[in-house]
Formats: sequence, structure tokens, C-alpha cells
Amino acid sequence: MNLRAVRAIVRKDLTVVLQSKAVLLPIIIVPLVLLLVLPIVASFAPQFVNLPGAGDLRGMLEQMPEAFQQRFAHLTEAQTIVTLLLVYLFAPMYLIVPLMVASVIAADAFAGEKERRTLEALLFTPTTDRELLLGKLLSGFVPAMAVAWGGFLIYAVVANAAAWPTMGRIFFPTAMWWVLALWVAPAVAAVGLGATVLVSARVNTFQEAYQIGGVVVLPIVVLLLGQATGVLVFSLGLVVVLGAVFWAVAAALLFFGARGFSRSEILSRS
Amino acid sequence: MATPVIVTRALTREFAAAGGKVRAVDALDLTVARGEVVGLLGHNGAGKTTTVRLLAGVLTPTSGSARVFGLDPTADGVAVRSRVGVSTETPAVDDRLSGRAGLTAYADLHGVPVARVRARVDELLASFDLAEAADRKVGSYSRGMRQRLALARALLHDPELLFLDEPTAGLDPVAARAVADRVRALRGEGRSVVLCTHDLAQAQALCDRVVVLEHGRVVASGAPAALAAELGAGMRVRVVASAPEGVDVAARLTELDGWSAVVTEPGGADGGLAAGVVTGIARDAEAVAEAVAVLVGAAVRLYAVERELPDLEDVYFALHGRRPAVAGGPAPAQEGQR
Repeated sequence: MNLRAVRAIVRKDLTVVLQSKAVLLPIIIVPLVLLLVLPIVASFAPQFVNLPGAGDLRGMLEQMPEAFQQRFAHLTEAQTIVTLLLVYLFAPMYLIVPLMVASVIAADAFAGEKERRTLEALLFTPTTDRELLLGKLLSGFVPAMAVAWGGFLIYAVVANAAAWPTMGRIFFPTAMWWVLALWVAPAVAAVGLGATVLVSARVNTFQEAYQIGGVVVLPIVVLLLGQATGVLVFSLGLVVVLGAVFWAVAAALLFFGARGFSRSEILSRS
Repeated sequence: MATPVIVTRALTREFAAAGGKVRAVDALDLTVARGEVVGLLGHNGAGKTTTVRLLAGVLTPTSGSARVFGLDPTADGVAVRSRVGVSTETPAVDDRLSGRAGLTAYADLHGVPVARVRARVDELLASFDLAEAADRKVGSYSRGMRQRLALARALLHDPELLFLDEPTAGLDPVAARAVADRVRALRGEGRSVVLCTHDLAQAQALCDRVVVLEHGRVVASGAPAALAAELGAGMRVRVVASAPEGVDVAARLTELDGWSAVVTEPGGADGGLAAGVVTGIARDAEAVAEAVAVLVGAAVRLYAVERELPDLEDVYFALHGRRPAVAGGPAPAQEGQR
């Protein structure tokens, strides 16, 4: 394995990506909203606890399984609201960050390079197909994890700081969130990469790859709905299993994506 | 012939297309010697680019064989590409990178020794007159600068064999001349060059040998001058004449048997004689003699009837329309045959 060549591909792709507003804007704005703005807003939620609509959260909690409700038994009403939002309801949303960053960058690195007609020059380099693929995958994976883990850190600091008046202690991250960040987030990023590799082989533009690859966000939406309705309540055990499922899906997508990733296939289809 | 760097035998590549398959390269037999500059000529879709891709091991052949430096490009693609430089038809340079950053990335990809990368990149930037623009984004480069950058990239690892696909497409004459000079210099260094081009004059000036492709097949090959002499013999005739009122010299020649492509040259007057200049392609000397007789009979004053030296363009157009045998027909022409 020519690691120097792999590093060169990653460095080149990331330099190129950082020059594109179409790629850079979603990578900045989405994590900013999900991991900075939302926890701040959620931390102030207890102040609106008596407003119409606040009852929705209480009602939601009452729909949850008894065991889940027990987790809040020792908390005040304000602490319950903060914990429910910041620890549980926002957990699936956190997964959108690695998924989106990996998908956007991979779409640019695979289909975008085809669209700009710069891929051919890369194909003529003395690298193997596997090295090319690995370089392209890491181009998406490395920034996805950097943003996801950096965002996790920011979320932790913001959540604890903003909710300090209510919680009066450092309550975040919980064990579940550590697993979410270290085990599930990389798996979700890998799912995004695998889907984009598969899609990029069949399309010729960044937009097509990004839009079609965007369907992988559906499982996250399902998790969000499941969490909100109490059908699928996040817990340490569930998150561990969820990570395993995402890794299995990612392995399958990457396996099939890698099978179609050869110079000859790429040039035959272009 | 010196040691061949490229040898192909019945090399064929088909692509799936609506309603069946298309043969982009059809039973190609090609040999390129070390230190030789070979031009691949042909229309768009003649198979030039596909041939380059097959020889660089980025496309697998449907059938037949290829050897580059004695290696199979399909099985030993990495080894072949480490000794080959390719400048693609479109410059394929990253608009969002600076010229220097792009070259540095490709130096790493081509395995230029780490300690040499900076010096090699600087050397090529200077050599291709890009030093001043080295830190600017390539998106701000002119077409000529991008083409030069692509050429510099192809030379980063000091390749023994270069594939230059339309290296002067879209360049102004000064930039095209610079590229031509560079190809001559490469030949002077003993490198082999395969030059895919539409530019027949350039091919004639630069190539030791040309191979004319049509529908993926070789329809002619040889040294440009020899091909021109063989295929273009007795063709182009230049007539300087002054015609009386109502007589159209070009029209008269066109009507004659054995004349074609007759045109009145723009500008008209020649050497202060107030005479027009007409060129055309005559089948043979008899056709020229008959034309002289007809024009004299029509009271045309003839100042000159000259046979111009044929060039590759004559060869190319002589071959144009000569379709190779279709599938199932006679065996395709091989290099060295027409």
C-alpha cells in the first residue's frame, strides 16, 4: 500500500473541498445549528415550561416506557426537560453531522472530480485502484470525524454551560453519548461514504451524487421519529446495537462500492 | 528499428452502446520504438484516446494484447504508469488548487523522491514559464497556461514514454510553438512520444512516423514525407491565370474529368499579374494536360501551372472516405500497410 500516495489524495481533495462554497456551507452551517444553536435554545426551555406547548414534552415523556421515565424520577421538571432534549431527543440529530459531512465531501471527491474532468489525471498516476479508493474514502471520513468529534466537544461544553443554572452540575456527556460519538458516528459516516461511492459510479455530477446519496438520511429520520414517539428509546444498549447495525450496512455498501470502483469501469461509464 | 517500447497485437476495445457494441479500437497492431515520436492521427472517435488509455493500463482491452516496456498494462498498470507520462485531451487540472499545489500533489502521487519534490516542481514551473503564476489558483489561468501545467505534470517523474493527447488544442500559435519545441526537446533526450493530434502540419513537423486511425483501425502508417509522397503524388495543382470576361477558371476545371476540390484562392491577384490563383486536386498528369488545353482554348492566359508538394493533409484527405472493412469483412489493415 502506497501510503504517501493515499495521503497525497486526501490532502489534495481536502484542499479542493475547502475552496468550494457548495461543499463548505453545509459542512459549517448544519453542525453549527445542530450542535451549537440547538443546545443553547434547549437549555433555556425550562423558562418556558409554563407556556402553552410545554405540556407537549411532559405528554411525550408520559408516552415513553416506564423504565425510561424512571431515568427522570430524581430530576426536577426543568431538569427533566433539559435532559430529555439534550441527552435523548437531540441524540439522533447528532448523527446527521458525520453522515452529511462524509456524504458531501465524498460526493465532491468522487462525482465532483468526474464533473470537473480532473479525475482522469488521477487515474493515470501509478496508484492502484485500492489506493485511489482509500484516499477518496479518507478524504470524506477524516473531516467527517473531525467535525463530528469537534462538534461533540462543543455540544458538551455548550450544553453544560448553558444548562448550568438548571442542572447545577456537569451532566453531559453520558455513557450513551460517548458510545454514540465514538462507535455510532464513525459507522454512520462510513454508511454515507459507502452510499456515495455506489451512487457516484453511476452519476456524473456532484449535485446528482449528493442528492441521490441523501436518501441515507432516512434511517436517521426514522430514529428521530422513533425517539419522539417512544417506539425506539435511546439507551446505552440500543446505541451499541445501533452502531453494529450501521457498521454492517457500511461494510456491505463499501464492499459493493469497491467492487465497482476500477479505472476501467469509471472510464467505460464516463 | 530500436527496441520497441510499445507493441500491440490485435488490440481491441469495445464499449456498450445503445443498440449493441461499438468498437473504439479494432484489432490494432502498433509498434513504437524507443526515442521515436509517433503521431496518432484521426477524426474525433477514431480511437486515439482509447488507445492511449489501453496502453496506460487504465482501460482493459476486450481482446488482443499490449506490451509497454515489455509489461502488460492491464496486469502491471502501476509499473507501466510509473514510467509513462500522460497529458490528457482536456488539461484536467484542478481549478481550485494553485499550480504549485497541484504539481506537488502529483509529484507525491508519482513517487518523486520527497527531498526532490520542491526542486522538481520549481524547475518545471520555471521551465514552462509558470513560475510567476505558481501560487495563483489554476482557475485564473489561461487555456495555454493550463495546457502547459498539464504538460509539466506529465513530466514530473521524468517518464520514458509520453502520451500527449491533443497537446496544442485551443492554443494560440505562440503557445503551440512552445509545445512543439518541448516535444522536439523530449525526442532529443531520447524519450518516446505518442502524439494524438488533429493538427496535421504539427504531426508532419514533429513526428518520425504517423499512424492514421479510422474507426479504431490503422488505415495508413509511415514517415510523414514517405506517406505524403506515396498517397499524395500528383495531387495538388496551383494554376495562376487571367481569364477573359465570362470565363470562370475554377468552374472549367471542376467540369473536367480527374479534377476535384477546385477552389479559387482568396486574395486573387498573384505577383502583380492581375491574375487569379486556383488550386485543385488532379488525378494525374493527363488530367493536368487536358486542363491546360481546355483553358488555353477558352482564351485564358496561363502564367503558371505548378504541382505543389503534397503534405500530410493531402494524405489525410486522400484516406478520408476509405472505410476499413466492416466486421466480418476482410482483415483490417496493419501498421505498415494502408
